[in-house]
Amino acid sequence: MKVVVDMNKCQDHGQCVFAAPDVFSMDDTGHLLYVSDPDDALRDEVEEAADVCPLQAIRIEG
Amino acid sequence: MTATIVVAGGSMGGLRAAEQLRAAGWTGAVTVVGDEPHMPYNRPPLSKEVLAGKAPFESLAFTPRAAAADVEWRLGTKVVSARLAERTVTLDDGSTLSYDGLVVATGMRPRRLRCPGPLTGRHTVRSLADAQGLRDELTRPDARVVVVGAGFIGCEVAATAVGLGVREVTVVDPLPLPMAGPLGELLGRALLRRHEERGVRFRLGTSVAGFEGEDRVTGVVLGDGGVLPADVVVESVGSVANVEWLAGNDLDLSDGVLTCGRLRVGGRPEVVAVGDVARFPNARYDAVPRRVEHWSIPTDTAKHAAKTLAAHLAGAETDPAPFAPLPTFWSDQHDFRLQSFGAPALGLDDVRVLDGDPSGDVLVGYHTGGLLVGVVALGGQAAAMGAARYRAQLLKQPALTA
Repeated sequence: MKVVVDMNKCQDHGQCVFAAPDVFSMDDTGHLLYVSDPDDALRDEVEEAADVCPLQAIRIEG
Repeated sequence: MTATIVVAGGSMGGLRAAEQLRAAGWTGAVTVVGDEPHMPYNRPPLSKEVLAGKAPFESLAFTPRAAAADVEWRLGTKVVSARLAERTVTLDDGSTLSYDGLVVATGMRPRRLRCPGPLTGRHTVRSLADAQGLRDELTRPDARVVVVGAGFIGCEVAATAVGLGVREVTVVDPLPLPMAGPLGELLGRALLRRHEERGVRFRLGTSVAGFEGEDRVTGVVLGDGGVLPADVVVESVGSVANVEWLAGNDLDLSDGVLTCGRLRVGGRPEVVAVGDVARFPNARYDAVPRRVEHWSIPTDTAKHAAKTLAAHLAGAETDPAPFAPLPTFWSDQHDFRLQSFGAPALGLDDVRVLDGDPSGDVLVGYHTGGLLVGVVALGGQAAAMGAARYRAQLLKQPALTA
């Protein structure tokens, strides 16, 4: 599974961090960090993170 | 015949319901009926980026989950009536669909002002077509804009209009402060000052009595007798649930459609409701059913309702866990953001500053019976993160008594 975040859309709401803390996090300045090739076992939580992104900036490939 | 679930409503709630039915194991047919010609799209940008001309439709459309690729979409048509006892719905093209399961996801439409005067020049912001129509008028040179309603949408539209360079933007509301209904006085004052500093004018404590003009609006007549010249009027005065099609089925439709804690409608195990049309009890707080018009609610309710419905249709036990979503919303206005977790409206009697200062970045806590029930941050990104830090505490909180 590949995760792509459109950083032009992302506004650092952080909802994805609550939904999938193993994949998404915030750095000290409040900006998004993420794992782009998470284990497939995390698919459910990544799909949830994509659902709750207010900017719909998270895409799942494969 | 294959078993079918009909989803009435083709917005975010309809899409999320279809996706969550698949996630809950439903393999039968799913038909979504939506009255707009578009596939579901994200609405928050309508009062901001779309109005500002910064977001084309392609950037708003939701990308459906792959598992929901076989869902049938009937767009540009709507459900006009239902016979729940016979498990059928009728569409405005005259066709009738039989179902095994029904999802009510018809959402809300803007409330309109019923007062004398011309209709042309008066706008609402709910659909893409609304926002595009309003944008064309806001970009007229020297347009004078009056926004009726100082709630979230009204204040966002006013901020966007100022950002577009509109010279005169006035917000009218019968309440004395903007957004004070849901957020209280402390933030209401802070927001009023921020908007005024950025060029928005306010006429608060007065209602709208009518509109001036022959063929189109030229002015807004206020309840206090004053008249505001206006070329463009935006009505953001709340919304009305789209439930008329459910009439005649002995349901409580007094404010949206009443559901139980499993989001079932009218005690029927094969009918559930999702999104802001659903009036449901939130076990996190009390037993009072409420509608919630937050962006997060279609997704939260769809997940729970789909489990309820899929389990019933599979002849399985439904999940006994009570539905207890943590509401969250945000609002971007000018250069600042409001970020909320929990239910501030339940704690308006006991509002405390938790961090910062209302003149700058501020974090406000809402309490009832000494318990924190909601937090709202006003400011930049750091303030929003401050609110998020209280999320775990809000999730742990014991339920309030009804």
